[in-house]
Amino acid sequence: MTTRVGIVVFPGTNCELDVAWVVEELGGEAELLWHGDRSVRDVDAVVVPGGFAHGDYLRTGAIARFSPVMDAVADHAAAGGPVVGICNGFQVLTEAGLLPGALQKNAGLTFLCQVAELEVASNRSVLTHDVPVGTRLHIPINHFEGNYVCDPRTLRALRDDDRIVVRYVDNPNGSLDDIAGISNEAGNVVGLMPHPERASHALLGSADGVVLLQSLLTNATDRARARV
Amino acid sequence: MRYAVRIDVTHLPGVLDPQGATVERALPALGYDNVSEVSIAKTIRLALDAPSESEAREQVERMCTQLLANPVIERYTVEVEEQA
Repeated sequence: MTTRVGIVVFPGTNCELDVAWVVEELGGEAELLWHGDRSVRDVDAVVVPGGFAHGDYLRTGAIARFSPVMDAVADHAAAGGPVVGICNGFQVLTEAGLLPGALQKNAGLTFLCQVAELEVASNRSVLTHDVPVGTRLHIPINHFEGNYVCDPRTLRALRDDDRIVVRYVDNPNGSLDDIAGISNEAGNVVGLMPHPERASHALLGSADGVVLLQSLLTNATDRARARV
Repeated sequence: MRYAVRIDVTHLPGVLDPQGATVERALPALGYDNVSEVSIAKTIRLALDAPSESEAREQVERMCTQLLANPVIERYTVEVEEQA
C-alpha cells in the first residue's frame, strides 16, 4: 500500500514539486491538488507548500483561504488527518483559522534567505513524532513575513499544551518566543516557516528536513493502515 | 443608493510596523527631527450599492472581519458617504 500525500497548488505556489520529490524519495505517492478542486481525493496527508499563493495580495494567505480546496483541507484536518503548512502554507493555515496567530513582517524589514538552526521543542506533532525533543536541525528559511505573533492567552495555551513544534536557536525574524512552527491542539495540523523539503539531500547542503517529512509519512501510513 | 466606502487598516498597538519604523528613522536624516509615531497603513476604497447607510455599514463590517483585516494583527476604521 502506498501512502498518498496531497500537495495543494494555488496560483503562485512554487514549492510543490520540491515537496513532491521528497515524498516520492521517501516511498510515498505525491498528488497535486489544484486550489479550485473541492476535494482532497482521500489522500492520507495534505501539505500546503510555500510560494506566493494568489500573489500574497491583501495579506499573505488572505485570498488563498477562500479557495474551494480549503474547505476539504479543513474537513480532512477535523477528521484527524495530517496537514502541514510550510512557509506560505503556514500563513495560509493561520488565515484559514486552522492554526492560531499570524505571521507579520520580519523585524528589520528584510527578506531572509538563509539556513536557520532549529530546535525541536515538541514531538506531539505529526511532523516531529519520531524526532526527539532537543534535536538540532539546519533547515533553510526564505520569507519576508515569518515573524510569528499571537495574543498572550494563545501563547500560554501553545506553551502549556506543548504545541510549539520547532524554535529558532538564533531568532532571525523577531518571532514571538523564537517560534518557527506550531501545531493545533491535536498535533495533526502543523505550520512552520522553514522549508524541510529544501534540506532533503546532502547535495542541497543539509538533509535535516528528511526526519520531519519521514515522520509525516510514517504518521500518514499508520492512519491509512488503520483505515483499511 | 450608492455609497463611497473608505476602510483604513492599521496595525494593532504593539504589533511591529517595520515600514513605519524605517520611515521614522529616515525622516530625521532629512532634517525632520520632530517626527514620531509613524505608522504605515492600508487604505481600501470601494463603491457599494445598498438600500441604506446602516445596511452598507453592516456589510462593510462583515467584509472587514471576513477578509479585509486580520484581527490578530490589525484594526480598521470605516467611513461611508452617500455618493451623489
